[in-house]
Amino acid sequence: MKPAPFEYADPHTVEEAVTLLAAHGDDAKVLAGGQSLVPMLALRLARPSIVVDVNRVAGLDSITPSGTGVAVGALVRQRTLERWAADRLPLLTAALRHVGHAPIRTRGTVAGSVAHADPASELPALLLCLDGVVVAQSRRSTRTIAAAEFFQGPLMTALAPDELVTETRWKLPAAHAGWGFREMARRHGDFALVGVAVVLTLARGAVADARIALFGAAATPVRAGAAEQALRGQPPSESALAEAARLATTGLETVSDLHAPAAYRASVARTLTARALADAAARAKDAP
Amino acid sequence: MTPRTVHLTVNGAPHAVTVEPRRTLTDVLREDLGLTGTHIGCEHGVCGACTVLWDGQPVRSCLLFAIQLDGAALTTVEGLSDGERLHPIQEAFWATHGLQCGFCTPGILLTAKALLDDNPSPDETEIREAIGGNLCRCTGYHFIVQAIVAAARRRTST
Amino acid sequence: MGAKYFGAAVRRREDPRFLRGEGRFVDDVALPGLLHAAFLRSPHAHARLVSIDAARARRLPGVAAVFSHADLARWMKPLPVFGATPPGLAAAVRFDVRHAPQWALCKDVARHVGEAVAMVVADSRARAEDAAEAIDVAWEPLPAVADMVSAGEAGAPLLHPEWATNVAVGFTHGIGDAERALAAADVVLEETFRIQRYVGMPLETRGVVAQWDRRDGTLTTWNSTQVSHFVQQGLVTALELPPHKIRVIAPDLGGGFGTKASGYPEDVLVPLAARALNRPVKWIEDRREHMMAAAHARHQTHTIRLGAHRDGTIVGLADRIWLDLGAYNVWGIVLPYNTVAHLIGPYRIRDMKVEVKGVVTNKTPNAPYRGAGRPETVFAMDRAVDCLARRLGMDPADIRRKNYIRADELPWEFGMPYRDGNPLVYDSGDFPAALESALGAADYDGFRREQASLRARGVWRGIGMSGYVEGTAIGPFEGAHLKLDLTGRVQVATGAVNSGQGHETAFAQVAADVLGVPLDWVTVTGGDTATVPFGVGTFASRSGVTAGNSIADAARIVRAKLVAAAATLLEAAPADVEIEDGKAFVRGAPGSAVELGKVVQASIPTFARPGVATPDFEASAYHHVPTVTYASAVHVAQVEVDPGTGYVRLLKYVVAHDCGKVINPTIVEGQVHGGVAQGVGGALFEEMAYDGEGQLLTGTLMDYLVPSATDLPPIDTVHLEYPSPRNPLGMKGLGEGGAISPPAAIANAIDDALAPLGVRITETPATPPRVLHAIETARP
Repeated sequence: MKPAPFEYADPHTVEEAVTLLAAHGDDAKVLAGGQSLVPMLALRLARPSIVVDVNRVAGLDSITPSGTGVAVGALVRQRTLERWAADRLPLLTAALRHVGHAPIRTRGTVAGSVAHADPASELPALLLCLDGVVVAQSRRSTRTIAAAEFFQGPLMTALAPDELVTETRWKLPAAHAGWGFREMARRHGDFALVGVAVVLTLARGAVADARIALFGAAATPVRAGAAEQALRGQPPSESALAEAARLATTGLETVSDLHAPAAYRASVARTLTARALADAAARAKDAP
Repeated sequence: MTPRTVHLTVNGAPHAVTVEPRRTLTDVLREDLGLTGTHIGCEHGVCGACTVLWDGQPVRSCLLFAIQLDGAALTTVEGLSDGERLHPIQEAFWATHGLQCGFCTPGILLTAKALLDDNPSPDETEIREAIGGNLCRCTGYHFIVQAIVAAARRRTST
Repeated sequence: MGAKYFGAAVRRREDPRFLRGEGRFVDDVALPGLLHAAFLRSPHAHARLVSIDAARARRLPGVAAVFSHADLARWMKPLPVFGATPPGLAAAVRFDVRHAPQWALCKDVARHVGEAVAMVVADSRARAEDAAEAIDVAWEPLPAVADMVSAGEAGAPLLHPEWATNVAVGFTHGIGDAERALAAADVVLEETFRIQRYVGMPLETRGVVAQWDRRDGTLTTWNSTQVSHFVQQGLVTALELPPHKIRVIAPDLGGGFGTKASGYPEDVLVPLAARALNRPVKWIEDRREHMMAAAHARHQTHTIRLGAHRDGTIVGLADRIWLDLGAYNVWGIVLPYNTVAHLIGPYRIRDMKVEVKGVVTNKTPNAPYRGAGRPETVFAMDRAVDCLARRLGMDPADIRRKNYIRADELPWEFGMPYRDGNPLVYDSGDFPAALESALGAADYDGFRREQASLRARGVWRGIGMSGYVEGTAIGPFEGAHLKLDLTGRVQVATGAVNSGQGHETAFAQVAADVLGVPLDWVTVTGGDTATVPFGVGTFASRSGVTAGNSIADAARIVRAKLVAAAATLLEAAPADVEIEDGKAFVRGAPGSAVELGKVVQASIPTFARPGVATPDFEASAYHHVPTVTYASAVHVAQVEVDPGTGYVRLLKYVVAHDCGKVINPTIVEGQVHGGVAQGVGGALFEEMAYDGEGQLLTGTLMDYLVPSATDLPPIDTVHLEYPSPRNPLGMKGLGEGGAISPPAAIANAIDDALAPLGVRITETPATPPRVLHAIETARP
């Protein structure tokens, strides 16, 4: 399983990188962590004429908190964010522990996982859950793309071929918010058959804000808007949470594949949503 | 297509190799440097047989192109023993029957080393999770886990 | 003769090189001028090869040659087949067996995705793959057959038209009168069980390196094979050379499990390329190729009827069995008859009937894989027994207590032959003792006491058991050659091939004990046709018994020679000479001790004197093993099921097994663990999936799920020992046993966990979607 031949470039600046992407467009592939790209090259499912290795591009490996958010440079490794988030954003750490295995997270980048947009992976759903943003640069412009617009289909994003992701930005939930993360995978570290990330913020005993993001279920990660809406203003009772779980999967077009039929994903999405909501409710503290 | 000369340090020894871009680190270690202890089990990043340490961290060498590694410092299984003397982790695996065919062993030894460097007294759950990305088809992992427990004890007692 | 090493848990002699990364696997073989091969393989499940044009490929840089069937037509002979019906078996069972030639390179019709079509040889593997893509092939797709049951029915598209059927192996057989017994039963449990296609998946794929020496017309080939002598025989036929001109070396193997114990196109094609090009050629199978070109296994359907009286006494059984053999009948009666011979297992059943159809379909051909029909048949039987127990309101342990053959009933004659044509007779063991032992180790009673209250708290745990009786160590022999060198150190060579079972240690233990030398004086090699002229190979849990006994025999002969020579040297009677710890001495006179090296040296003639004996301290032995000896075990699995997701977590796994006398208990335990892990894979995770058109859906390890360390619990092993009366060492085989019972034990545990819901698992793997579906559709 040797890749088809390709040329190799390792730019040292964003300018150089986006110039290369502008020149080669669809014939180029960006290599960051390589944990998704290199298997595709080995299987000859991807046959770029040039691989643009961005690992030496300066200035892309910082984690920069600001206000209520954090900017994560495109070259920040999953393992690095996993450690950083342990005390600051434990939802992210919980999710990252399900991403493959430690050696994969040592090389895999946060931005790479987001840009790869596998509907069964955790980070795109987390970005969506936390109303994150992708910063994409090209020779033409620098633009920010909201997560809600970014994921367009399985392995399909709003990125143009000449764009390089330089940063992802994540909103930190309120300090008193509760979180929940549940995933169903065949083996630990495998892609999820279905998973849910939840953040619940309470005020005066009622849900002030609810975020529910599902992954592995549909063609992209999805926010369960109707369920979130139904929860607002309600106390997080068992029946309210169960109803939210039901709403989260009503009308959801789940996918079938080798590992699970659509009906399974729908059923388990509902079960895991209820559980993640319960976890989040248990962790939430009332507004100060 | 266009080859490049890459300088890397493997097990403390400097090497210069001239490589075509598509050659993986695994292939270059095995073919150009004659270090055949790193094994190929799948070439798509799942089995962990190709694991080496880059700056002490385990990585899948089949998912790296050698051309990316200019200036890198790597440890392969050949770097664990000190001449004739086996590393304590190797001794522990030997004493505990932590290997059968030996094909997954180099990857597991290096992953175990990185684990114990980071967490000197892991419990069984932590051990199983740490080696969760290293497939073994022979042992059922039972004695491998015991070997790592034994290795942890050896390190903390010296 | 002492028993210093036999039975001792010595650490393995071979480990240091593996720990250092200095094993020599086939891909580690390096030769000057090496070329690399890659294969173009059929993307179609069933298609006529209309034309093949390699002109573009041949022009690519670095390409030395491209071969299709036509290019090698002069040398193409059908690939070897195995599993001919032995006379003793043919006399008892009427088999319909059909074979069709399988060509190393596709001649006119490709019959499975992955069938080899052309071989490219180039200066690197990458360039060989580039060139394979540049071969232009025109195909005419044909209708594909993917389902084993409909494949066997009239009107199905035919894989081998000359057969006028897709049934490769068909037979019926019985003992007693099953229909009468079932008619007289109070209860008949009927169910259909499906065991999926799953495979050995060794971590090291296959590989062949071949070197042709034109000077003396000899071929040397390193092959990651468990059966070097079979490979040699295939090459004798294909290359038209005598055996002594062909050396097949099995290097270190990264696992075998039976996947590497079959005959393959590449065994012959790579040597042909080496000879044609007069350059050494290496081919290392990549994982994607392995999924589609290395032998598949398992994949059976059983429609079983089990009859019993209301008190739980089983009175008879009938089983309709289908096997999906893949595109070619490579292994004849082996898998179908193995399945039948192991169906009854430890149960006292005298009335049985089977109807068997082994059919060909457009899938990768099957070969025996660890268990070879036993896991499938035990699944059908032990699941049926549990379903019957549930119907009768009996505890699964109690129904087994009632029906297991007791130790005092052995030897137990079945009244039918084993696959080797000799009578199937259980020789030794105690199945009820294994049952009690396993249940005790699993704290069965304690588990039952807590189960209800756990369930009331929403924790769904179950416990399940399964037992097997296994014919092990099929013969007829495995030879050994043993010799001493000038220093008295010992070399042992056998035809057995090590793939992780510790032969270099275990066989040394046998030799050292018989000879009376220190363990580290003995070096064991295997799988090299130049060192042992006649051999069979390692599979079927056979090498400990077959090679072990040959080694003991050869060592005994050499010991006698040493004693005779030492007696002359020491001027004593041979009857008074002992050998211990590498020294020969006169009994009662320790001062007389002389190192064995001195005995050897004293036997070599000098100018001054003749030797004290002929310096022939070597011997070959081919211990005759006419039939198998019976190992047995009971497995118990504890699971916890999440009824909201169908996820099954293994909490605990216990094995109580008998493999007769044991050379090295730690090696034995390791084999049990490894077998269990593969059984767990079959129970819960692994499947080689095809769609209805014969397209292989599981193309990589991302989809074929090998269990990882987080999927397995610790495995408790209880050793029982009922020596075999069938060989002097008292041994039985054990390599496969661990893989036999897990699917049944785990499925039984799942049913048990979900008993109030009326779930019945009838299919493996018991994936979360299947378990959830079973929960959602069950009727309590």
